[in-house]
Amino acid sequence: MSISSITQVSGTGVYIPGADIDTDRIIPARYLRCVTFDDLAEGLFRDVRTDPEGNTLNHALDDPKFQGASIMLSGPNFGCGSSREHAPQAIRRAGFNAVIAESFAEIFFGNSTGLGMPCVCATADEIKALGAAVEANPQLEVSIDLESMTASYGETTIKVTMPASAREALMSARWDPIQELLDNSDAIKSRGEALPYV
Amino acid sequence: MAKNLYQKVWDEHTVGTLQDGRTQLFIGTHLIHEVTSPQAFGMLRDLDLKVKYPKRTFATVDHIVPTDNQQRPFADPLADAMITELRKNADEFGITYFDLASGMQGIVHVVGPEQGITQPGTTIACGDSHTATHGAFGAIAFGIGTTQVRDVLATQTIAMEKLKVRRINVDGELSPGVYAKDVALHIIRLLGANGGIGYAYEYGGSIFDGFTMEERMTVCNMSIEGGARCGYVNPDETTFNFLKNRPYSPKDTEWDDAVNGWQAYASDADAEYDDVVNINAGDIEPTVTWGISPDQGIAISESIPDPAEAKNEVERASIDEALEYMKLPAGAPVKGTHVDVAFIGSCTNGRLSDFREVAKYLKGRKVAEGVKALAVPGSQITAVICKKEGLDQIFIDAGFEWREAGCSMCLAMNPDKLQGDQLCASSSNRNFKGRQGSPTGRTVLMSPLMVAAAAIEGEIADAREVFSVN
Repeated sequence: MSISSITQVSGTGVYIPGADIDTDRIIPARYLRCVTFDDLAEGLFRDVRTDPEGNTLNHALDDPKFQGASIMLSGPNFGCGSSREHAPQAIRRAGFNAVIAESFAEIFFGNSTGLGMPCVCATADEIKALGAAVEANPQLEVSIDLESMTASYGETTIKVTMPASAREALMSARWDPIQELLDNSDAIKSRGEALPYV
Repeated sequence: MAKNLYQKVWDEHTVGTLQDGRTQLFIGTHLIHEVTSPQAFGMLRDLDLKVKYPKRTFATVDHIVPTDNQQRPFADPLADAMITELRKNADEFGITYFDLASGMQGIVHVVGPEQGITQPGTTIACGDSHTATHGAFGAIAFGIGTTQVRDVLATQTIAMEKLKVRRINVDGELSPGVYAKDVALHIIRLLGANGGIGYAYEYGGSIFDGFTMEERMTVCNMSIEGGARCGYVNPDETTFNFLKNRPYSPKDTEWDDAVNGWQAYASDADAEYDDVVNINAGDIEPTVTWGISPDQGIAISESIPDPAEAKNEVERASIDEALEYMKLPAGAPVKGTHVDVAFIGSCTNGRLSDFREVAKYLKGRKVAEGVKALAVPGSQITAVICKKEGLDQIFIDAGFEWREAGCSMCLAMNPDKLQGDQLCASSSNRNFKGRQGSPTGRTVLMSPLMVAAAAIEGEIADAREVFSVN
């Protein structure tokens, strides 16, 4: 099993503003009635994109000018709520390769890292400015660089943050930890034997 | 060096440090359900891996089961496929599965404690964010994603970053009619929906010392609504008494040794914390939410926030968004808000004590006309005991529908859903937009007795007045 190192992610962006955007909103629960992740892109933000009668609500994700966007921008506590990996899976399967937000809920962050999708933080003002730039020029290339921990667009470069371990995992192609976990089977065995209840 | 429980359990379960700096943590107990596990088993098959410790994984089915008619096949073929898949995976990999026919099925966070699987000093993971519930027993318990479910199945470990620990003391006395749910909603209101990011919450103080296990579970359950992935209470006599004689609890001569071991996990008296918050129990009133995030709560005596009085632009926008969705008037009392549906159940408040407490007051009362009221026990065992005690009949006589065990209307993955913009007084844990199944449905979170009061009045009411609680 080989996975690639992720140092730089570039693409056009789409701004989905708001605080505490939860995983129920990212992928409504009815889309979780499945045994594979294959068809999740359809459910992405579905109930804020279409009304119950099927009419469009003119969400940014359906705006033709943002088609092909691969970097999502949002507010604080993005991905809060349910642990459903279906949420980052839906974002990924809809073509996104990274998320920039003010902060991330932990389980969502870990799930995203495990899919090789970097989630980096910037300040509210920086995201607002980036969002405005993207709105003004949807073809604007946004680039995240994990080496320098910056995001750049046009003439602007901002600092972004991410926990050191996730950054290291992405850059060293260890974001899917399964092989390393498996490799430590002797240590797992002795730890298990030392636990009274295992 | 003095340690808190989190540090002790973390150290004892550390397998090693991974190259990226994360800890490889041993997961002693793994709970799985039908929604977040099938893809993980698929990944195992793709990688040609086996379940490493099948005896340490326990399965049940909760999210998708209908609570009215549980005859197979279910009316929803997708739901039926998921339950079929869980049976297949449990059989193939030798995992204990509390299925619908077992008499032990229920919401995974009710089943674990009920069976005595949830024990102090253990690590517990489950592909469900409400796994923190098990922290009530002094376990380090947290929700994980499906890829991590794969990791636990294949290695009994996950890659994880250590959390900071915030001690939350609640001292003093709770007034009559104020419940564990109100304590949880109050803490979240105080610290915010993202206040717990990066922290495990250690709950303590005289209120938690005096709480029953079920009350402790209610508060630990909602840690995640405050952004904390994990929340716990130190184990004590209350914990041990609850666990004694449960099916998976240590037996006979092993019991005393186990209790001695468990006691040692409790935080040392001089343990240090990354943060400490002190809350006066007397400040807590019956609390209800008015918005679309669990931290948007107010006491029942308070008014709905007015965006004009917001402290800043961000707060104003957030109140505006919430009130627009909730269709509630700014500045009006929350009491008197019309209610269409009343729901008592979920992993937060679907336990025996919840039904016992409500039944005490419900006798002889009637649900208001036009209100659909659901009472959904959290497990089959809870349902059996309720029946034995005649509680089910009290709910039925009052006009509640008494259902079979499951997650029901908490999360809209089964037929129990809101319609249109119905407003639901709910004992569950999340008031997110669309959470209860209708994209325009509205949820007001509250304690089970407050839900009963709302059902009877047909509007949000103060249970202390409706039931003369004093």
